[in-house]
Amino acid sequence: MASQNLQSVPAELSPEELEREQAGQAYFDRIISEDSRIEPRDWMPEAYRKTLLRQISQHAHSEIIGMQPEANWITRAPSLKRKAILMAKVQDEAGHGLYLYSAAETLGQSRDKMTSDLIAGKARYSSIFNYPAISWADMGAIGWLVDGAAICNQVPLCRASYGPYGRAMVRICKEESFHQRQGFEILLELSNGTPAQKQMAQDAVNRWYAPALMMFGPPDDDSPNSKQSMAWNIKRFSNDELRSRFVGMMVEQVKVLGLTLPDKDIRFNEETKKWEHGPLDWNEFKDVLAGKGPCNAQRLERRREAHDDGAWVREAAAEYARKQAEKEYAA
Amino acid sequence: MTTSPANEANEPHETPWSLWEVFVRSSRGLSHVHAGSLHAPDAAMALRNARDLYTRRNEGVSIWVVPADAISSSDPDSKGSFFESPQGKDYRHATYYTKSEGVKHL
Ligand SMILES: [Fe+2]
Ligand SMILES: [Fe+2]
Ligand SMILES: [Fe+2]
Repeated sequence: MASQNLQSVPAELSPEELEREQAGQAYFDRIISEDSRIEPRDWMPEAYRKTLLRQISQHAHSEIIGMQPEANWITRAPSLKRKAILMAKVQDEAGHGLYLYSAAETLGQSRDKMTSDLIAGKARYSSIFNYPAISWADMGAIGWLVDGAAICNQVPLCRASYGPYGRAMVRICKEESFHQRQGFEILLELSNGTPAQKQMAQDAVNRWYAPALMMFGPPDDDSPNSKQSMAWNIKRFSNDELRSRFVGMMVEQVKVLGLTLPDKDIRFNEETKKWEHGPLDWNEFKDVLAGKGPCNAQRLERRREAHDDGAWVREAAAEYARKQAEKEYAA
Repeated sequence: MTTSPANEANEPHETPWSLWEVFVRSSRGLSHVHAGSLHAPDAAMALRNARDLYTRRNEGVSIWVVPADAISSSDPDSKGSFFESPQGKDYRHATYYTKSEGVKHL
């Protein structure tokens, strides 16, 4: 683990600085090898900080952009109960974004910088949210598959070596299970409804299945940063490992739904004891990440609009705060 | 804190809201525990935001918000020496006293 040492240390350091860096690195390595936690004011390698900052801010952006496919259906939810549930879920996603932005800020990035990077199209977020939600059944498929995949990914992140990230994930994971269950229920109800409703549910599952599997990231042999992330105890399991577990869970749950997964290659490999799935279109994945997905432009445009439309609220609140402070000072 | 990078996106300059730390008392009789942080222009808004962000599921009966820059903390680099004094003072713990083992109600 000490092998990544010093690659992040800039060349010209005074002897004292160098000693400090080395002591910091040794302390950091010990914390990691004890599987303990790094806290914001601890010394950490620059590459560790950058990796975390990238991962946490991208995760935060994903939660924020992730509100859009579902917000799209709030006004058209089929009942008042469903509308209330959907609003609560979307509100949770906003909360998740805020927990994660806070965690990212402890690494030295300002909130405003992250916001402006996102709306300027400079930041990445999960590719899944660039697919359209075209029917009510998509609310079910998103909850069941997309939040399901997110949970699978995020439960191990509760033990991430960076304290603020792990703590944010604990809070998020507690809330996510409601998301997946409400999605499952939507699909179950549709599946037990008219043939047309059942067809609608199946169609949604068919469209969200592959993108949900790709949420775990590229295959292990094409995921160059995974190894380092695992050595740093940020990631606990590889992309393929998590994907395989997820497939195993879905394969059982889809039976309860009375639906099928659009993948005839799913099988349990008795030798490796792992679930296997059919090929995924990784070119599509790369395209969507690169901004060429069906909804990338729309998602960013909507985010930008919301930010601009909220400007007067932020201004008014700041001005009110200023006046109140003045009054207090005068009194 | 920093100059607003929103300028890059061609926006009017906005002063960033300050950072607040949030402490939540989960039920009567328990202490307030750090829940996380948030941005708000003033204490009143910080409290409202904290309610919406950290108590959406009845997680609290009381909230404290504290400006993050009002918190003083011990220096992480000196953690060894700063917390040195309790080291080696096992006699401050009941488990140090073993001779009384088996004696009831002690
Ligand atoms: Fe979420
Ligand atoms: Fe998430
Ligand atoms: Fe969710």
